[in-house]
Amino acid sequence: MNLSRKWLNEFVDLSLDEVNDRDFAEAMSVSGSKVEVTEDLSVKMKNVKVGLITALDKHPNSDHMLVAQLDVGLESPVQICTGAWNVHVGDLVPVALHNALLPGGVKITKGKLRGVASEGMLCSLKELDCTTHDFAYGVIKPAAILGDYHPIDPEKPSIAADIQAGDKIFGKVVAAAVKAVEAADINLWNVTVSTGKDEAVALCDCQNVHVGDLVAYDTAKNHICSLDDLRAKQEEFPHCIADGILVLHEDCKPGDDVAVMLGLDDHVVEFEITPNRPDCLCMIGLARETAVTFCKELKLHEPVVKATAGGDINDLAKVIVEEPELCLRYTARMVKNVKIAPSPAWMRERIRNAGMRPINNVVDITNYVMIEYGQPMHAFDFACVNNQEIHVRCAKEGETIQTLDGNERKLSTNMLCICDTDKPVGVAGVMGGANSEIVGDTAMVLFESANFDGASIRRTATALGMRTDASSRYEKGLDPQNTYKAIQRACELIELLGAGEVVEGVIDVVPTALKQTTLKLEPEKINALLGTDIDEDTMRDILVRLGFTLEGDTIYVPSWRADVVHYSDIAEEVARFYGYNEIPTKFSGGITTAGGYTETQQFERQIGQCCRSMGLDEIITYSFISPSYYDKIRMPVDSPLRDSLRILNPLGEDTSIMRTTILPSMLEILTRNYNYRNKSAALYEIGRIYLKRPDGMADEPRIVSLGAYGPKLSFFTLKGWVECLLRDLGVKDVRFAAERDNASYHPGRCARVFSGEKELGVLGQIHPTVAENYGVDAELYCAELSFDALFAVRGGLPVYQPLPRFPSVTRDLAVVCDAAIPVGELADCILSSGGKYLKDCTLFDVYTGHHIAEGKKSVAFSLTMRSDEQTLTDEHAEETMAAVLQALKERFDAVMR
Amino acid sequence: MKERMKDLRESSIKAIVECDSAELLEALRVKYLGKKGELTGILRQMGSLSAEERPAMGQLANQLRSEIEQAIDERRAELTSKMMEMKLEREAVDVTLPGEEVRLGHKHPMYNVLDQIKDIFIGMGFEIVEGPEVELAEYNFTKLNIEDSHPSRDWTDTFYFTEDGKILLRTQTSPMQVHAMETKTLPIRMIAPGRVYRKDEVDATHSPMFHQIEGMVIDKGVTMADLKATLNLVVEKIYGKGTVTRFRPHHFPFTEPSCELDIQCHKCGGKGCPTCKGEGWIEVLGAGMVHPKVLSGCGIDPDEYSGWAFGMGLERLAMGEYKITDLRLIFENDVRFLEQF
Repeated sequence: MNLSRKWLNEFVDLSLDEVNDRDFAEAMSVSGSKVEVTEDLSVKMKNVKVGLITALDKHPNSDHMLVAQLDVGLESPVQICTGAWNVHVGDLVPVALHNALLPGGVKITKGKLRGVASEGMLCSLKELDCTTHDFAYGVIKPAAILGDYHPIDPEKPSIAADIQAGDKIFGKVVAAAVKAVEAADINLWNVTVSTGKDEAVALCDCQNVHVGDLVAYDTAKNHICSLDDLRAKQEEFPHCIADGILVLHEDCKPGDDVAVMLGLDDHVVEFEITPNRPDCLCMIGLARETAVTFCKELKLHEPVVKATAGGDINDLAKVIVEEPELCLRYTARMVKNVKIAPSPAWMRERIRNAGMRPINNVVDITNYVMIEYGQPMHAFDFACVNNQEIHVRCAKEGETIQTLDGNERKLSTNMLCICDTDKPVGVAGVMGGANSEIVGDTAMVLFESANFDGASIRRTATALGMRTDASSRYEKGLDPQNTYKAIQRACELIELLGAGEVVEGVIDVVPTALKQTTLKLEPEKINALLGTDIDEDTMRDILVRLGFTLEGDTIYVPSWRADVVHYSDIAEEVARFYGYNEIPTKFSGGITTAGGYTETQQFERQIGQCCRSMGLDEIITYSFISPSYYDKIRMPVDSPLRDSLRILNPLGEDTSIMRTTILPSMLEILTRNYNYRNKSAALYEIGRIYLKRPDGMADEPRIVSLGAYGPKLSFFTLKGWVECLLRDLGVKDVRFAAERDNASYHPGRCARVFSGEKELGVLGQIHPTVAENYGVDAELYCAELSFDALFAVRGGLPVYQPLPRFPSVTRDLAVVCDAAIPVGELADCILSSGGKYLKDCTLFDVYTGHHIAEGKKSVAFSLTMRSDEQTLTDEHAEETMAAVLQALKERFDAVMR
Repeated sequence: MKERMKDLRESSIKAIVECDSAELLEALRVKYLGKKGELTGILRQMGSLSAEERPAMGQLANQLRSEIEQAIDERRAELTSKMMEMKLEREAVDVTLPGEEVRLGHKHPMYNVLDQIKDIFIGMGFEIVEGPEVELAEYNFTKLNIEDSHPSRDWTDTFYFTEDGKILLRTQTSPMQVHAMETKTLPIRMIAPGRVYRKDEVDATHSPMFHQIEGMVIDKGVTMADLKATLNLVVEKIYGKGTVTRFRPHHFPFTEPSCELDIQCHKCGGKGCPTCKGEGWIEVLGAGMVHPKVLSGCGIDPDEYSGWAFGMGLERLAMGEYKITDLRLIFENDVRFLEQF
């Protein structure tokens, strides 16, 4: 909502001198009307003055430029060169003087144009950031000036280069010399033309005709021809264009500031209004908030309608509300003999500064009232209403309407429409119908000011894909008491602008009694909620100034405050104007709570910490993926994990299902880093997967996801990370088993990891085909561990083990066995057969090749032995080694190398 | 004899001082003081002296021995320290060569900020609760006093799993208020961080998935003053002591009164600059007193208990804290980005 501070002064005395924009914004924001931005419009345009053209001559060095002398209210006239042909001596025009600033930051300086001094620039509508909506008379229509004729084919000109007055062009059209040009009205001239022998005076609505020009004159129609009349192309008359300088027909004189004339001597404040306060989407609403904020009087105007047309609307029209739930009130007045014309400058200025475009008096009045009162209005040609009956009803099956924007709309049966006895003439609260549009002067216009159910309007506007100014207001829920005031105001303006004659009487249909909200004023309760000690009188004062009525303890909520339904709402009203920042800051105390992280949360933190200490970076990935990602990771077609929760209205296919595996998310990030040419990446995420439950909801277990690629990486780097993590988490009895069946992973470089019998997850190199699916030509390594499984097997508090009192003995052992025997099984065998002295067994070499038979391998371990009772003797060590060797021989046929 | 001792003193001291290695010094010790050494040789001739001369000569000889010994000891000490110097010199390295790389991993910047906030609240006796992201509309909207016709329920704004609109991806962490009130014993002091989803196309400031942190206190006698005191403290801990705050009325369906908390722009001190879009203030979070309707809807008597709640967006906080200019970086997970935090 844009608020003009100039307009605001009509309701609250608050000049810019008294409160500047900054202080205004601050005070309004902390009282609840959040200011987004304030704008001083005057900085947009500087040093643009009204100038009176006193002389206009041809430019000596140009075939199309003019040199104008202008009175701009200074002692001496200024000279400006222009290429526009629509100006005449005696015209008032906007002049950008030396060092002028135009909208869009354009700076104008003096200079020379083809050797002739030009002390500024004459401005067009566009250069003033205006359109013909702002200045309806600014439409420029060019006549074909024969001197500007440039044949498309120089060999075959349609008009001879040496054409003279009196020469025939075609039919009754001849060349004629302009002898005199005399203004008849706005954009209308009496032009005296001579064909050599005859003279005539033609009424001409083209602006570019000057004395001395040769024009195409239709002797039959007494008409000066435009390009269209000659069926000429624009390029044939390059300077006879529908563009030029804005010639002013305002109440102004040379030297006047054009910025002021355009209403730019104003400051506009843009508010962000929360959806619960539709009453603040208008001047009066914001003025009320302003008045209370600054402790000023709110000056409201009571519209007065003279209704000079006589008659009574109730004799002319009938309104039947068939849907009382959806239309809470329908108020209408009739205006006769509507004359469409531009609105006066003050109205155009206010509409423009509120962020809308002026159109014409009738449209502007409805918009003006909407801005002022917040009440959308609609005006329609009552002659188009069959049987003079308005029915407010839902659309019938198959009904359509062409709306004002020209689109044909299919209506459905839950859409509220304004209809006559036969057909819809408007979509209620959204847009009027083309069939009842006011296109020109109209004998009978019905002004509608109605209150519709917000939710219904919103549904309709959304379904039709047309959110309008009106619908976006209605959908927030408007004040039903406002319809009458607004229509009175509109009719008052009709009379003020002379746009028509208002008929006596008002149609005001209120199908169901409007309800009055009452609440009890409970000061103790309010203070208890706020933690304040505000006295009751202060509370009453705030409420009264906001428009609430109090009788004893009963609060009557004003009709425009549908958001106030509860004592806590009253507390907010009090708090807003007492000042949120005046509420003390003090802790209430209360029962002490222990708080703290739960064991699961601490466990999660521990995993993160461990991953980072191993050099892995944390990532955050989207929870939704594309269904095609399951193919990308080669998930079996019959895998139950393919049954994902599907978003019915996703942003796109790529984010349309909830992931049941975290692998694609990790692969996507690894791929991205690979594509960014990062040499290596080592990443982790503790993220959720979403497993569909029978009730339609999801189980959302966490997965610890590790992923990496890089030059010094192997399966064993990844396994090292997993082992380190499990050690850190105190997981006992860890076991890895080769996994050949997980299609996402390399069948020879994948393992499942267990603690005892509990499976914790999977790790390995990503299958080269999967990597290829992602366009990665490198080895990718990933691990997926179940957070819940890890949590279940986590170690408890460590128990201190006494440090060894006796030294240990280390012996190396190298055995040769079948190459297929997993080293892990050898190690398990050693540890289980070594007896009580064997404390540890560490692999240090695996060798195949020279000196080792085909199909065999040499595996070397370092065995650590120790006794807690005595220093170990050689015999003890030998016994242990012998037992180990025997066991290896028996189980694996492994022999010492 | 006296002469010989004098010669020996001179020659031995000179040799010892000039000696430049530990081995040579040992050889000199043997040469002068050894069993077959020169001083021993002189002493052997003591027998030829008269009884009167003997004590004096003996004394002289002992003195000479200790002088030589002392000279050797001194020289040895000198040589040892010189050797150490040479060794150290040999071992000198170019300290400007880079150290061996130790690479620690990095916490995601957003979780850095989240953990910071968690710690602040944990310190104030809060607990952290977690809940489902696939949520019922009942919890995400209805129980939070959000009307059936509220625009946030639109299919253009919220992701739905069922045609009846009953199951959705939560659009806010606020349903955790309801879950907490329904399941926890009073009083409650909790925060609930987590992922939330809205139908926004990805751009520099939007993402269909982002994070919020919800907080709520329910107890007897909880007031708006309490809300202000707590949130002021939190903001000071996040943004530093002396951070100026402003509470501004706002609207949320599930709190009343509602407010937004702004901090004064640290860059311009409130004068207005591009960082704060000229406003002088930066919006940090939304909060308010838990709506009595929400309390009673969760089975808590609003006449006995009251509460306050807040919610804030984490991405924006992290972006502000680390001057991250584009939200997409948060979810892109480029290691060159992650390494910076």
